[in-house]
Amino acid sequence: MSQRNRLDHGGRVDRSRPLRFTFNGVAYQGYAGDTLASALLANGIDVVNRSFKYSRPRGIVAAGAEEPNAIFQLGASEAAQVPNVRATQQALYDGLVATSTNGWPNVERDLMGVVGELGGRFMPPGFYYKTFMAPAAMWPKYEKVIRKAAGLGRSPKERDPDIYDHVNRHCDVLVVGAGPAGLAAALAAGRSGARVILCDEQEEMGGSLLDSREQIDGRPAPEWGAAVLAELAAMPEVLTLSRTTANGCHDHNFVTLHERRTEHLADTAPTFGGRRQVRARLHRVRAARVVLATGTHERPLVYAHNDVPGNMVAGAISTYIRRYAVAPGRRLVLSTTNDHAYRAALDWHGAGREVVAIVDARDNPNGDLVSEARALGIRVITGAAVIETRGKKRVTAALVAPIDPVGFRVRGPVEEISCDTVASSGGYSPVVHLAAHTGARPEWRDDILGFVPGKVRGMIPAGGVNGRMALAEALADGVEAGTRALSEAGFKPGGVMLPQVPRVREGRAVALYQVPHVKPAMRAPKQFVDQQNDVTAAGIELATREGFESIEHVKRYTGMGFGTDQGKLGNINAMAIAARCLKQTIPDTGTTVFRPNYTPITFGAIAGRHCREFFDPRRYTALHAWHVEHGAKFEEVGQWMRPWYYPRGNETMDEAVQRECRAVREGVGILDASTLGKIEIQGKDAREFLGRLYTNPWAKLTVGKCRYGLMCKDDGMVMDDGVTACLGENHFHMTTTTGGAAAVLDWLELWHQTEWPELEVYFNSVTDHWAAMAINGPNARKLLAELTDIDLANERFGFMDWCAGTVAGVPARVFRISFTGELSYEINVQANHAMHVWEALFEKGGKYGLTPYGTETMHVLRAEKGFIIVGQDTDGSVTPEDLGMQWCVGYKKPFSWIGRRALSRPDTKRGDRKQLVGLKPRDPRLVLQEGAQIVLERQIRIPMPMVGHVTSSYFSPTLGHGFALALVKGGSQRIGQTVYLPMPDGKVHEAEVVSPVFYDSKGDRQNV
Amino acid sequence: MLHIYCPHCEEYREEEEFRPKGEAHIARPKAPEETDDAAWGDYLFFRKNPRGVHHEQWLHAAGCRKFFNVTRHTVSYEILETYKVGQQPTARTTDKGGAK
Amino acid sequence: MQRYSGFGLLKHGLSHHENWQRAWRNPEPKSKYDVIIVGGGGHGLATAYYLAREHGITNVAVVEKGWLGGGNTARNTTIVRSNYLWGEAAWLYEHAMKLWEGLSQDLNYNVMFSQRGVMNLGHTLQDMRDIHRRVNANRLNGIDGEVLDVRQIQELVPIMDCSRSTRYPVLGASWQPRGGVARHDAVAWGFARGADARGVDLLQQTEVTGIRESGGRVLGVETTRGFIAADTVGVVAAGNSSVIAKMAGLRLPLESHPLQALVSEPLKPVLDTVVMSNHVHGYVSQSDKGDLVIGAGIDGYNGYGQRGSYPTIEHTLQAIVELFPMFSRVRMNRQWGGIVDTTPDACPIISATPVGGLFFNCGWGTGGFKATPGSGHVFAATLAAGKAHPLAAPFTIDRFISGKLIDEHGAAGVAH
Repeated sequence: MSQRNRLDHGGRVDRSRPLRFTFNGVAYQGYAGDTLASALLANGIDVVNRSFKYSRPRGIVAAGAEEPNAIFQLGASEAAQVPNVRATQQALYDGLVATSTNGWPNVERDLMGVVGELGGRFMPPGFYYKTFMAPAAMWPKYEKVIRKAAGLGRSPKERDPDIYDHVNRHCDVLVVGAGPAGLAAALAAGRSGARVILCDEQEEMGGSLLDSREQIDGRPAPEWGAAVLAELAAMPEVLTLSRTTANGCHDHNFVTLHERRTEHLADTAPTFGGRRQVRARLHRVRAARVVLATGTHERPLVYAHNDVPGNMVAGAISTYIRRYAVAPGRRLVLSTTNDHAYRAALDWHGAGREVVAIVDARDNPNGDLVSEARALGIRVITGAAVIETRGKKRVTAALVAPIDPVGFRVRGPVEEISCDTVASSGGYSPVVHLAAHTGARPEWRDDILGFVPGKVRGMIPAGGVNGRMALAEALADGVEAGTRALSEAGFKPGGVMLPQVPRVREGRAVALYQVPHVKPAMRAPKQFVDQQNDVTAAGIELATREGFESIEHVKRYTGMGFGTDQGKLGNINAMAIAARCLKQTIPDTGTTVFRPNYTPITFGAIAGRHCREFFDPRRYTALHAWHVEHGAKFEEVGQWMRPWYYPRGNETMDEAVQRECRAVREGVGILDASTLGKIEIQGKDAREFLGRLYTNPWAKLTVGKCRYGLMCKDDGMVMDDGVTACLGENHFHMTTTTGGAAAVLDWLELWHQTEWPELEVYFNSVTDHWAAMAINGPNARKLLAELTDIDLANERFGFMDWCAGTVAGVPARVFRISFTGELSYEINVQANHAMHVWEALFEKGGKYGLTPYGTETMHVLRAEKGFIIVGQDTDGSVTPEDLGMQWCVGYKKPFSWIGRRALSRPDTKRGDRKQLVGLKPRDPRLVLQEGAQIVLERQIRIPMPMVGHVTSSYFSPTLGHGFALALVKGGSQRIGQTVYLPMPDGKVHEAEVVSPVFYDSKGDRQNV
Repeated sequence: MLHIYCPHCEEYREEEEFRPKGEAHIARPKAPEETDDAAWGDYLFFRKNPRGVHHEQWLHAAGCRKFFNVTRHTVSYEILETYKVGQQPTARTTDKGGAK
Repeated sequence: MQRYSGFGLLKHGLSHHENWQRAWRNPEPKSKYDVIIVGGGGHGLATAYYLAREHGITNVAVVEKGWLGGGNTARNTTIVRSNYLWGEAAWLYEHAMKLWEGLSQDLNYNVMFSQRGVMNLGHTLQDMRDIHRRVNANRLNGIDGEVLDVRQIQELVPIMDCSRSTRYPVLGASWQPRGGVARHDAVAWGFARGADARGVDLLQQTEVTGIRESGGRVLGVETTRGFIAADTVGVVAAGNSSVIAKMAGLRLPLESHPLQALVSEPLKPVLDTVVMSNHVHGYVSQSDKGDLVIGAGIDGYNGYGQRGSYPTIEHTLQAIVELFPMFSRVRMNRQWGGIVDTTPDACPIISATPVGGLFFNCGWGTGGFKATPGSGHVFAATLAAGKAHPLAAPFTIDRFISGKLIDEHGAAGVAH
């Protein structure tokens, strides 16, 4: 296995640790310390992918987050698949398996490439808006083809075996980026004792120091960086996080840091001590101050065929040579607008490779690096640029011509220079993304030809991102920013000596983005701006010609910047080209808005552990284990798990429910009612308060009594109901619906705290404190009598009374309330005693036929009585009057209670509102569908006016027929009429409108 | 994610502890039965909804369970002050479209 | 108007695409128009288009403070469906659906309307009651819909976890086969091009700073490019409606909230329908480009910042991973936010105002994109006639006084 581009000395890779990997099915070798990209380049792989629109062969262009082409599918097994991995940011590990995302049958021989080549000129930006319209019926077929051709990698087909977690952190200073400025800032802040977090997206911290040729304080820059990192690591208040990307900056300095903990080791997280490690961790950081030290991205120049493999950004050349000991070619031509990029040529030369020419767009470059290049005998062509490259799967030559950047024209003859690598540099764009996430617009600076961050409260940019790009300046800016950050966070500056760097004199750069070609831009060979999305300079020009003049329109029409690299290489070039076409300046053209994420992160990392059982807490009653043991099926009600029914043997649900219903009506049944919301209300104004919140009167409820209450919003619509008991003159126990408990507590607090603070009243949720067991049925009294010291005689403990006493030897409150219409006692005991009491009831209950029943039976029994369930028989558009519950409305109460005024609005006064009624199907065996719509005619025509719908519907074993509750327009006037219920299968059911009370309408049974 | 100072707890806490409860300082009419339909509808549903400085109610739901008021800019999301129910804000409501 | 076609593409390809015409002009404002539309989003542009096309009213300007289609049209999750519960809402959205079905051909602009079906999942018994209720109502209103059981869901979306081991297992779904997605930007551009070709002036970078009126009638709008007179002004400003209303001394029953969305990196086709779940709160479809397009929830506070809070994004992706565990290793590329103008009943306001000639079309909340052609169509008719189109009539501001709301929030949570 040869690594033909690997240098035999230098770099930061560990040659003693070779690593095997496969790319597109072929085995290769790299070294520990490589990225997948550096390893591919070391092995001389030119074509790594095919572009998605034109299927052009593409190579590696950059060395970091800005790489547009080297996007791969990773993973050796199905569950471990990772789509769209950027090879420049993926550390090499032993056994890594990668494949290109596009190219069929493979990237080298791609059939679609022919289509791209032939058809490319007929696929300008937005071509799909202009075609595929006729005939209309063909669009779904076209779309199928388009979808197939689009997309990069593929989703795994199996469940992710990995776990992800979240850590909340607070710090005084968060430093984003551990290059020279970031390290200097972290050191300044750390030495003062502030809590500092320093994060960097790369495998190794140090940023540009790692490939720097310069000296700091008399030693090589990487060594200085290592020393600073060692000092920071020893500080107890400093946390350093490598492989950690600040991916999003949110309001009030909330920053999310995505730490890749195992992606450098394997495609799934390894186990350690038998436990699977966390693949990624998301740090949710609230920082007093953020130092933004994210540096810059180099801009490539936009020239014809600048996407042929072998074209790279200049800085990447230095990175590959100096960090990874890889020289990705033999013969280099550098096309530049600035001095800094000369490093690429000098490093190339230093690696023993040939620099054929440096092509400098400036007429008189004269900085120190220029002199150094000239001194080495390198040919420097001035006032010129590479205008085109030759070659298909690898550069074979560069076409160089003298150009006029301002006049945008070629001003002399074209020279063809043979080479295999073209490096280009059009300048450096500050990485402003995080500063833009909360809406700050970047600001253009002519002196650096780039946008710097707009002002963000609590954020201090430092170094390259702040336009201070030279090493000495970046270090000084870092110290200053760190010092400012810590003092703004309330610390005393500790004093950091400014690191000393020998000055490198650099000349001024020239503004050049798109390189002029001998042909006009629309006719020149493709000049790529955004390689991932195949957006060309001509495409941008065409967009502006067609009237897409806002940069946002240009972006959306061409697709520029929508890739996984989000246009890190191309955005500024695109703006410059749009500006040129529209004859305006770059700042006038404006920027598009950067949004999180800076680089993409997995859904898994964002979701963290909050899936499955942690998606939402599941609440269980104190009796849950008993229900499970007794075979209960459960229903989700809010967060609660409630027994739905308890099938015996092979019983169907219907059979079980009918049996449970009969048991209650004929013997005695028991329901775990613990999930009902319970709120203790105390204070001398508690009674007055209840009167204002409930629709009915509370002034005369005496101690020992219970009352049902309805609660409305101030729009008059029913929001909750429940029974409230008077425990003492100033003390009440309110129950709410299971799902509404939290909302009702908020509701009470809202009115008390914001509207009537003068009332003395206190609320406390006691839902979990009390377990509630409702025993219902003719035998309820006999059963309870065996276990309680409470006198159960009807005269002393009547319907709607409550008593304190003991049940099964433990203190209890017993409420004689009924949701079934039967003789009923609801026993409330401390939750810890619940199982004891429940089991004691069953111990005594056998002889009375004590039967556990679930929510379904409860529904049937309550519906037979016409009792509503808020949220099922109401939907937020139903008033107490609509429910026929005028008996529960205190029209004469002196205080205009919540909801009352709204009942007299024109629409709520209407007589033909939807009202609660009963429905009796003509076919007694029929159970109408809940949700069935109700119409007045048997003959169906579409559209058909609907007068209401079925809210609750069951078979009643007691009545011997199906029955339903429904909301029907003017329903109270329709008793006795026939209505129709058309079903999706074409059947039309018939039902009679009846009273919603089907059973024991006088209420005798509950009063015995 | 907003960082909110609870005037009851006297600490900054994460937005996740709080629940927004809409525009502040909407008083329920003292005599609802004498309030006409239009005024009642206005009280129920109509809101200032400014693009600018907004006074709003928040509930420290996972904290002290107290309602309090926040003066917040609805574009920058900057919180200018928080204050207890019954107190008056120092910053006035502003609205980009308010000039007439 | 230069007609677009496959043949045209070939022809222009041979001439290096140098002869394409502008999709729309960039005109100077006239001093007076018959109708001014405030807001150059999808709804505003559709209104202008139908004013010209259906009513022959072409002396129209669309006044837009930024760029065309730059608000919620550019920021939504592109879902189109019409399976609303109440007749009033369902008819309006179905009216839009019918227009969607011929829109590309009508506009000669491919809006890539893809009727791949929309599925609304149910996770509780009450969800299923509501689903039956809604689907039954849809069918009687002539809108396609059916209720799917878990097996049918699994056939349509094999990659979804329909097992009992999720926190809120899927119990069933409603299914509207005619629902789908469309290319959102193209909708704005198609209407803009069509309106411009019929003589409508599209005035970008022109911000309305005031509404001029006299004697209870609107006279025109003050803008950053001066006063522009008009007999009729239709405001279609979505999240900024309250701001414009205030200029006319009006209050609206609106709150503007952040609504967030996000996309994954592009993937090969993996999801062929639109899947929505109100209960666990996640909406997802896959764009033609391959991105998973995911809608998040509304943030509870008022906000014009086009961004919301991070926990909302977290919660949304928790729901997505819960439904699609294999997406855990897929990466989120980008998130963003829009400003949605929400009403108390989750239905729009299409209404005259106390100021003569001044009309509002707003309050679409999270439902705006799918309504675009329908909204424009009925609002154009309303502006042309000076009184509400029959489909728009129930959506007056007055309903918040009378109490005649059209509550599309759906049933409240289950409560026992």
